[in-house]
Amino acid sequence: MAQINQNQKHIVIIGNGISGITCARHIRKQDSDIRITIISGETEHFYSRTALMYIYMGHMKYHHTKPYEDHFWGKNRLNLVHDWVTEIDIDNKKLNLEQSPPIEYDLLVLALGSKYNTFGWEGKDLKGVQGLYNYQDLEDMEANTRNCQRAVIVGGGLIGIEMAEMLRSRHIPVTFLVREKEFWNNILPEDEARLVGRHIREHHIDLRLETVLDKIIDDGNGKVKAVITQSGEVIPCQFVGLGVGVSPNISLIQDTPIEVDRGILVDEYFATNIEGVYAIGDCVQYRNPPPSRPKVEQVWYTGRMHGETLAYNLTHKPVPYQPGPWFNSAKFLDIEYQTYGVVPCVWKHPLDSFYWEHPEGKICFRALYDGNSRQLKGVNSMGFRLRHEYFDVLLKRGGTIEEVISSLHEASFDQEFAEDHHQHILHAFESQTGIKLYPIKKKRKGLLALFGL
Amino acid sequence: MKNIQKLGLSLFFLALLIFNVILCLGTFQLTEERLEEIAKDEHLEVLRKELRPMFGVKYTNSFAFVYNFNNYLDGYNDLQKDEQNWDRVIWDDYTLAAARVSSDGFVANNRLVLLFMTLFMGSFGALIYILPLYRGEPKGIKHNGLMLSSNKRRGIIGITVGIYLILIYILLYWYPAYIVNWVLITDPISRKISGGPASQWFMYGVIYTLAILVMGIRMFRKYWGNRYQMLRTASVMFFQLSFAFLLPEILMLFNQPYHNFINIWPLDYTFFFDYRIDDMLSSGAIGMLMLISGILLIVIGVPLMTYFYGKRWYCSWVCGCGGLAETAGDPYRHLSDKSVKSWKIERWMVHSVLVFAVVMTAFTIVNYFTGYEWLGHSTDMLHEWYGFLIGAAFAGVVGVGFYPFMGNRVWCRYGCPLAAYLGIVQRFKSRFRITTNGGQCISCGNCSTYCEMGIDVRWYAQRGQNIVRASCVGCGVCSSVCPRGVLKLENGNEEGRISDMPIIIGNKSVTIKNQ
Repeated sequence: MAQINQNQKHIVIIGNGISGITCARHIRKQDSDIRITIISGETEHFYSRTALMYIYMGHMKYHHTKPYEDHFWGKNRLNLVHDWVTEIDIDNKKLNLEQSPPIEYDLLVLALGSKYNTFGWEGKDLKGVQGLYNYQDLEDMEANTRNCQRAVIVGGGLIGIEMAEMLRSRHIPVTFLVREKEFWNNILPEDEARLVGRHIREHHIDLRLETVLDKIIDDGNGKVKAVITQSGEVIPCQFVGLGVGVSPNISLIQDTPIEVDRGILVDEYFATNIEGVYAIGDCVQYRNPPPSRPKVEQVWYTGRMHGETLAYNLTHKPVPYQPGPWFNSAKFLDIEYQTYGVVPCVWKHPLDSFYWEHPEGKICFRALYDGNSRQLKGVNSMGFRLRHEYFDVLLKRGGTIEEVISSLHEASFDQEFAEDHHQHILHAFESQTGIKLYPIKKKRKGLLALFGL
Repeated sequence: MKNIQKLGLSLFFLALLIFNVILCLGTFQLTEERLEEIAKDEHLEVLRKELRPMFGVKYTNSFAFVYNFNNYLDGYNDLQKDEQNWDRVIWDDYTLAAARVSSDGFVANNRLVLLFMTLFMGSFGALIYILPLYRGEPKGIKHNGLMLSSNKRRGIIGITVGIYLILIYILLYWYPAYIVNWVLITDPISRKISGGPASQWFMYGVIYTLAILVMGIRMFRKYWGNRYQMLRTASVMFFQLSFAFLLPEILMLFNQPYHNFINIWPLDYTFFFDYRIDDMLSSGAIGMLMLISGILLIVIGVPLMTYFYGKRWYCSWVCGCGGLAETAGDPYRHLSDKSVKSWKIERWMVHSVLVFAVVMTAFTIVNYFTGYEWLGHSTDMLHEWYGFLIGAAFAGVVGVGFYPFMGNRVWCRYGCPLAAYLGIVQRFKSRFRITTNGGQCISCGNCSTYCEMGIDVRWYAQRGQNIVRASCVGCGVCSSVCPRGVLKLENGNEEGRISDMPIIIGNKSVTIKNQ
């Protein structure tokens, strides 16, 4: 692997999303001399993609979504170029841009992100049909949903439910088409999926399960008029939101010798097949994925870890990418979701599951464990915050399900005074497994105990 | 909007209209007997002579009355000043008292009715607007469309509200005689509670308390189901109503000094002033209780409570200024500036005020014990300047008037000396922190946006770092609005409270060891 501690090297990062920016920041932390340039056509400054929905909903303005003040970049000598790259000239180590003069690089980091899927639906290119991934998509959505009487969302995943929530914030009626038996049922176990489904309906979203889009109909002026489902139902609408996943954004790579499959192929060090060219974030595909991880991971957190790791590799001795226990989170309308470790939607022996749901049906907790060794494999929670550090440590050392259930006080990350579920979960565990547990509480002594601390 | 809400809003605006129109109503007539009621014996002779032209003249509004009154009196005072007859100058301000005693006619004769048609009807209208809010919606964060609201994003409505509040505060602090009619209509409440007539401060207290109660109920609606938010809102409502509003009035009823037990020095900057000390010392056991509890709070209560719970125990659970900010000011909380620059300004300003307050108090106490031999009456000038700049202009006019411009905690953030004191304890010796949940932050910015103290919470959260900041009042809103459950207000071990992890949890490739 090339090292960058020689003087006067120029490292160029294409993409100012979480991966590219994290990489740039960490390189700068380690090396104060190297020249770093970040190119993006999307926005001048780094903003949080995950917050796009909140701009539409009026919770924030665009400037609120920028994690660093504008003077941050100059102060840290991170040179920003606001332009689209049109061509990568590998032989001459040069990038051609739409407006600006070409930029030469010594090391190139591709952090190109994703683009939303449209598949082959008839009518997918009509005005009013779109996904939501980048800032331009948000602007489109703003324009496309003006005077919208009804919107249809296709695809029961994270982007789909986000778009539904966005539209509902402006009181636009939403029909939500989900192919699976329950919402996000290819990821969530049925109980959790059903819980979210109920909440979606509580928000007056017309949730249609096991419903597949057939085609999108033109109104004669190139705009969407309605959608037709595979069962033949016509749903009139002026907006169609596509939430059917994203794919690596690799069109820029197509005519280069950089090897791609679904994404840009990288080894454990994020190196591509071309010397001095690296790729991180949504746009990569692992040649050898880490244990129990898919080949393409398009998650905020993995993008950030890619950036951290590559920055370290470029400034120190190379280490292979080695993510810790899996974790993720999301928010389905008002219900927060967190997961640590691995909880697939279905499992088989010797895996066993414990599930508890609050009587009101909006809070739940699931733990998946090995029925023989009792080792915890993963947890899901809805409407109930869990402590990342606790589960990171526990999963790494192979803690048991009993340990978790009896020390939930430590594992909980709920706000102070929040309803305490631990007793209920403990009782539910006892009645499901027949195992009697006692909650482990730290003993408090002296003055602190007096104050209830 | 539901029809009942429209009705509520209409009632509120009608009440507001009447409230403002009242200022132009009523008749004012000064007579010799009325002057005798309010004038001190030593001034009576002069006042009678100077104000004679006004006796029996009927003024149809307070403005003309006050204008004339000041004219006659200023003429006399200027003359004395020119001739250096300092002891003959009438330093007491009789304007409000004179306007009060001279008022008769519509407002004075219909106090109770007008009280109902303004403050009570306004509160009632606001409540029937507020109560149906979010009905039928599931519990959750209610910020939809907030950034599009003219009131909440420094639009025309917001600017108007700000200017209106600023004007009211200017009148209240420096020209109370012009708002004598507002004072008059709160008389019926004052007479019920303390038996005496209302002062402008009583009138202010009534409106202030109503604002906290009504907007507190709005907080319940907004954060329904969020126990932390509901409890602390209930707490500020309780402390405002009982300790800050009712108890001092009840003390007055029993001829005790006016005292607010939860207003702690140096926020209560007059606590060690000679007249307060004399008052307390001459009021027996209750006076001693006031003095001792006040000192104990400063010396032991504040550090101890802040050590255990952070400054939030006071700022967002007890304090009156905090109470108004957290209830009436809540719609403006996102308007605070989050830049590093504003943080720098904040640190300089708030600590300068603290130094000012401490120095002033030290001089005052020294002066008191040396029997005014050492500094004479020069501390009076310090008191006057502090009262004018910090007590009135900063805490009042800017503190509340700037809600719609710079957020609801302008005073608490840049000016409150007690907040500065609490903050120093919180920063350096406390168990309180906001814990960041490992690597779960997505840098969305909701926490920073809704931080009323202008803390860039996200800066810490996205680095996996706990938030330990002197200014944090522990309102908990960052934690409530976080979509990924990343933030938790906690009191815990001091060990590990301030963390600086180079790599966030979740990535095993790079650890602290091989950094």
